[in-house]
Amino acid sequence: MAGLSRVVEHRAVQYRRTFRSSVFTSFLSPVLFLTAMGLGLGGYVDASGDAVLGGLSYLEFLAPGLLAATVMQSAAFEATFPIIGGLNWQRTFHAMYATPLSPSDIALGNLVWMAIRMAMIASVFSAVIIVLGAAHSPLVVLGIPVAVLTGMAFAAPITAFSATQRTPNRFNVIFRFGITPLFLFSGTFFPIESLPDVLQPIAWLSPLWHGVDLTRGLVLGTVGQQPAQMVAHVVVLVAIVVVSTWATVRMIERRLIRG
Amino acid sequence: MPGSPESSLIHARGLTKRFGSFTAVDGVDFDVAPGEAFGFLGPNGAGKTSTMRMIGCVSPVTDGTLTVRGLDPRTDGPEIRARLGVVPQQDTLDTELTVRENLVLYGRYFGLPRAECGRRADELLGFAQLTERQNDEVEPLSGGMKRRLTIARALINQPDLLLLDEPTTGLDPQARHLLWDRLYRLKQRGVTLVLTTHYMDEAEQLCDRLVVMDKAKIVAEGSPRQLIDRYSTREVTELRFGPGVQERLDGQLDGLADRIEHLADRVLLYADDGEAVAVAAHERGLNPETVLVRRSTLEDVFLRLTGRSLVE
Ligand SMILES: Nc1ncnc2c1ncn2[C@@H]1O[C@H](COP(=O)(O)OP(=O)(O)O)[C@@H](O)[C@H]1O
Ligand SMILES: [Mg+2]
Repeated sequence: MAGLSRVVEHRAVQYRRTFRSSVFTSFLSPVLFLTAMGLGLGGYVDASGDAVLGGLSYLEFLAPGLLAATVMQSAAFEATFPIIGGLNWQRTFHAMYATPLSPSDIALGNLVWMAIRMAMIASVFSAVIIVLGAAHSPLVVLGIPVAVLTGMAFAAPITAFSATQRTPNRFNVIFRFGITPLFLFSGTFFPIESLPDVLQPIAWLSPLWHGVDLTRGLVLGTVGQQPAQMVAHVVVLVAIVVVSTWATVRMIERRLIRG
Repeated sequence: MPGSPESSLIHARGLTKRFGSFTAVDGVDFDVAPGEAFGFLGPNGAGKTSTMRMIGCVSPVTDGTLTVRGLDPRTDGPEIRARLGVVPQQDTLDTELTVRENLVLYGRYFGLPRAECGRRADELLGFAQLTERQNDEVEPLSGGMKRRLTIARALINQPDLLLLDEPTTGLDPQARHLLWDRLYRLKQRGVTLVLTTHYMDEAEQLCDRLVVMDKAKIVAEGSPRQLIDRYSTREVTELRFGPGVQERLDGQLDGLADRIEHLADRVLLYADDGEAVAVAAHERGLNPETVLVRRSTLEDVFLRLTGRSLVE
């Protein structure tokens, strides 16, 4: 625990030095996106009658989904370049391993840091949702940990993968064939029911869909309507995080030992 | 060879490291006594880094015995690492942070309170002659400064055993001398130095005792002086001939020296009196383009032991 917190401390000092340059991508850009899509595009969607979204305005529908999806995007970034950098470029993780820190301190410290980063982003985003009047329930506060859980369901497996890579070449594949399609087709921008029937089960496989549906239930206060489904979302996300956290520790240990 | 797990700071017997079917370190024996400067001299690929990483408890021992302060790296890795200073072959500095931040954060890994890390950082900045650069980012520093910072960082937990893997490789002569001076001071303070190098002058300057490593094995052990006495002559005469001449010498040098080595660009004649050899060669009517008489070095020892030179 003590060792892990030293790794988090290092990441926080790094962040303090670079945070100004990341303010736009982390905080402003998602909020601009929400406003443009929710209010701008939403105006047209809402004009076609509110029956399509079960009585919700487009902003109300979009905001919780975009919260989870934004956190996912940040997770994917945090789990790729900083990890490959620490293991291959700057090799700072090797420096940590030369001290009493263990590989699991290094692996878990990085995952905890990612969770903290995501919590920051989710908090700012949630505040904006509340200001825009798109939250219907005090449960919106629980949307923050759920968005972080969703993000970790990406961060942990991607970190495990990054630990096996020496160059960022394959990261493109993750972003192009993983993150981007999931961002678009996991019920963030439109209900998955509007997908062709054959594609719907694929959406269920998306961790992001579980996160989006659950976050939406909390922000809109509708979790109680389908309790079993909501519990299933949590179980799926927690299971992914647990298994891939174990994999992350193993992969980072292997990589550190190899030198 | 003397030495036991109790009397030695580092004790290795039959120490072996394999990567799959490839053997990088093949059953080496050595002991490092407290307070000495001990070197591994060998060319690239000899197995020096693999050995150092096992001592540093970041690479598991495949076979054999290894103890550091009587502790077993297999079970006591974190405890051993807590009292070790490590300067790895490749720098592992956080280049986006400042010089000072690198020191302080590293101290935190050892569980030191922040104020104590700051106090030690100030002291080490002075030692490494980096006080003026303390608030600069690491990235633009010269290679020599980065190396000094890495050494300073390795001292933050006040270790009495410092592992240095090729501390000066790639540095210009001036930067190397500055670094040697710092390492010499540490040695005077009683810090045990274990270093690897493929520079014979570095080994001669810094090491009280060294082992010569080649192809995963230790081929000789002793002080620089002992090794030169045992495996070489007092002096060496180097003869360089014009293009094509060396190939046509056909035994004209025979009997001039105790031992003769033909390198690609010159001939080395080993004898205790190098001047006499040069004169004798001249009397035989040989006309080398240049003649150089010098003292034997560890390079000559390595050549004798392996038939190759240290730096290809
Ligand atoms: N992690 C590794 N996996 C496979 N082979 C390795 C690994 N590390 C080193 N080697 C090999 O072991 C041999 C010795 O390497 P090393 O210990 O780095 O030598 P040196 O430090 O003397 O140059 C080299 O042939 C190198 O390629
Ligand atoms: Mg090496």
